[in-house]
Formats: sequence, C-alpha cells, structure tokens
Amino acid sequence: MAFLGRYILAAIGLAAVLVGVLAAVYLTAPRQAGPDLARTKKTVNGLFVASIAPDRDPITQGELHSWVLTLKSAAGDPVENAAIDISGGMPQHSHGLPTSPQATDYLGGGQYRIDGIKFSMSGWWTLHFNISAKAGSDSVTFNVVL
Amino acid sequence: MRRLGPILGILLALAGCGKPDFSDAEKRTIASLALSALPPLKPDTTNRFADVPGAAALGSTLFFDPSMSGNGTVSCSTCHKIDRQFQDDLPQAQGLARTNRRTMPLAGAAYSPFLFWDGRRDSLWAQALTPLEDGREHGGNRAAYAHYVKNRFGERYERIFGPLPDLSVVPANAGPLGTEADKAAWDGMSEEQRDSVNRVFANIGKAIAAFERSIMPTQTRFDRFAAALASGTPIDSDAALSPEEVQGLKLFIGKANCSTCHNGPRFTDDSFHNTGVPPVPGFPVDRGRIDAVTQVTADPFNCLGAYRDGPVDACGELKFMSKAAPELIRAYKTPSLRGAAGRPPYMHAGQFASLDEVVAHYAKAPASVEGETELHPLRLSERERAALVAFLKTLN
Repeated sequence: MAFLGRYILAAIGLAAVLVGVLAAVYLTAPRQAGPDLARTKKTVNGLFVASIAPDRDPITQGELHSWVLTLKSAAGDPVENAAIDISGGMPQHSHGLPTSPQATDYLGGGQYRIDGIKFSMSGWWTLHFNISAKAGSDSVTFNVVL
Repeated sequence: MRRLGPILGILLALAGCGKPDFSDAEKRTIASLALSALPPLKPDTTNRFADVPGAAALGSTLFFDPSMSGNGTVSCSTCHKIDRQFQDDLPQAQGLARTNRRTMPLAGAAYSPFLFWDGRRDSLWAQALTPLEDGREHGGNRAAYAHYVKNRFGERYERIFGPLPDLSVVPANAGPLGTEADKAAWDGMSEEQRDSVNRVFANIGKAIAAFERSIMPTQTRFDRFAAALASGTPIDSDAALSPEEVQGLKLFIGKANCSTCHNGPRFTDDSFHNTGVPPVPGFPVDRGRIDAVTQVTADPFNCLGAYRDGPVDACGELKFMSKAAPELIRAYKTPSLRGAAGRPPYMHAGQFASLDEVVAHYAKAPASVEGETELHPLRLSERERAALVAFLKTLN
C-alpha cells in the first residue's frame, strides 16, 4: 500500500512539475504585438503632425462621443482651415465605423472637434483622417483598442 | 490509506470539481453581460412626456386599444402580446395582413437608438406611429386617430399635452400614407391643419413610448450566476449553470464570437450587420439597413423634425448615422438574446425555426444574397452547438 502510495505521489509530483513548466512558458511568452496605440503621429507624407484625444477616458463602448484632433505643421505651427474626412473601422472584422463622424467645429490652435464617434464593440478599431489644408493633402491612421 | 486522503484532495482540485473556472478576461466579459451592468434609462429629451406617469397610463390604454386601427380589430398588443414577451411567436407579424418582418419583443427597446429590424425610426415614439399607418398592420390614418383620441380620451389627453386643436374642419379620414382617398383628403388640408393633426399624432406616439419605457428585461439564471461569480460568493442552486451551460457560455464569449455583436447587458451592440441570413422566398426585395437610412432621414417625426421636444443635441445618432457604407446592405439589427430561447422563430423574417438552426447558420456562415456577410465559418462540434443553445436558455 505504502509502495503504491509512493508511486502515486511521484506521478503527481511529475505532473505538478510539468504543469509548472507549461505555466512558466505560457505566462512568460511574449504577447503578440498589438497595434501601435500612439495618439500623436506624423501623417503618412510628413505634412502634418496629428494628435487625437477623446472627450472621455476610458472610452465607453456603444456611446456617441467626441474627440479633438490637433493638427500642427512639421514646424509645429497650428494648421487652420483644414478639410477633414473621417473613416475607420475594425480591420479584423472587415467593417467600417458604425457612424459617420464629422469635424463639427474649429476650436483654434489647430484643434478640430470630431463628433459622432461610436465604438459598438470591444476590440481593435482604426480612426483614419484625410486632411486637406494649404500645405496639401495627407492622411493618418490611429489605432484604438477597447 | 491515510496518505491517500490528501492525494485524493489534490486530484479533485485538479479535476476542477465545484466552481467553474474562468480567466480574468472571461470574468470581465461575463460581468459586462449581466443585467446589473445595465445603466438606468436616460431621460428622452425628445419626448418631454417620456417619464410622465399620466402619459404612460394613456399610452398603455392606447397600446391595448383595438380601436386604434382602420377596422377596430388591431392594437399594438395584437402583435406585441403582453404574456409573450410582447411578441407574437409568428415568423412574420400579422395585422390586417401579413407583413414581411418578425415582430420584435419590447423589453429594453427604449435603450435602442434605432428601432425596427432595419432601424428605420430613431425613437420609441416615432416607431410607435409607423405601424398605425401601415396598411398591413393597424391600417388607420392620422386624421382618424386624432379624431378618435379627441372624442374618446380628450380630457386625459389635454391634462397631459394641453389643449387639443380644433379638428372640426379636419376630414374624418386623411393621411399622407393611407388610401388614395386619404391622401387626397390630406393634400386638401391646409398646412396648419396638417400640422395640428401631426402634433396630436406625435403625442399619441409619445404616450405609447412613455408606456413602453417601463418594459424592461428581467433577471435570469445567468444574471444570478454572473453576480455570484463577480462577488466570489457561493453559487446557489437557483444561480448554478450546468457544465454544459458553462461550456456554452465560454464558447459564446470565446471561440464562437457571439459576444462580438451580442455584447453588453442587453446582448446587443444596437448596430446593424449582414450575417448572410437568407431572404424568404417570394417576399419583396428586402435590403435592410441600406434602405432604412433613407426612410429615417425622410421621417417627419425623426429627431431633426418639427415634433421633437428639447434641444437638437439629442439627435447625434441621426446626424452621424452611417448612410452609404456597403456593409449596410442586408444588414439587420443585432437582436437582444434575453428571453430569445422562449420565442422562436428567429431572424428578421422568422427564417429559422429553432436555436439549433440559428447556431448551424452561424457555424456554416453562408454567403449573403447581396452584400457581404460579416460571418466566418466556425468549427463547432455537435456538443459545442448544443452547449451554446443550452447557455442561451439560461437567459430566459
């Protein structure tokens, strides 16, 4: 009986070591690199530096809310009178935004109010801005993860 | 033998007996689906009578009144049956004639920014007006409704909404959507007469909406389970999920991707999706959301119209509505799954008779007849499918 007990103990010990090793491997494995979550970026062709900030943090899923897009020239001057077109979506679900956000106001200092943004589910979203101003046209894409 | 005691204990612990095992991420998702996560209903500033008890009482009277129809036989409750989750168990609603859409249940409808399967109305009160003038549903006209409410409920109406307009010169039957005679009579009315009828008609919708705001989802076994899981308290027998139901829950929020769209405490993202649900043979072409955006934009009772109460800043959903995206083709609203197991058939025109058929459709992910389905095929075993259905039944 004692002999059998020792075997069982040894088996459990081995199983525990195995579980430990597996856990260590899984827990320390590098996570899959997520999308770049920078809120300030140079536009694709370097014409502008764009920053975005939501009117709430954390962002609430399923509710309309606003963001402020700040546009600066490469030299750091505010960009005025820009025409801004907003799109985006969920790259992993191949659908766009559930709403059509618009730039509704110029707040001065290169800041534009973007209204009508809604993220209807959790996950990886993109916000894409096409920007036309005196310096030319350029675009930038931000990633947002809920 | 004494040594085997602790060993047995360890073995039992390894086998995971007793408490179901969820990751922290799963626990967060489960908590987000629980009824306790439902925020209080926000005031509807577009309907200043939305939370007035007298308006809700009048709305309730009108909701159950078959005189609110062209021939005195159809009320809202004909299809929205009070003892059947405010729906009718039929593949397509049947008023004066058969429609081409499934009756939607009403619990929590007040939270939806857009109403109907395709979202062709943008408030509960604008929604309530639409079936009243549909020839296949109530089949009435707005002048007749205004006369009826004035004659039958005039005093109650005036206590809530203020003085009724003079309707003595308004034709008995007139409306922009009724019979040819109704339309001709409507065209013959002055702008002012039409506006005063529209105002009474809008108030009928606002009263019905005030009533409908009280129809809320109720606590289910899943909610009791989620509450116990969140608080770490022992799970009582009335809150317990079977191993099969737990497997279904894990699939629902995991591999089967259901909670991508069926999210939050109402199990809906309030959005519209093409999931490749086949049309009903012989029915007129139904393109879903893409056609509804035109209808809600044109609706005189929408948020941007003359009959809204309160400031225009309540109209963000309509103002920033997505109008032209290709994914709106044959997109339909994500329905709440609360109580769904008790109300077959399923989908916007009752295409599927059972939850098994629904799950089979989502696993197979067939192409859409028009536009692109958002679904991807899923590998689900028979056991997994059964587990998903078992989990859905805990939402009743």
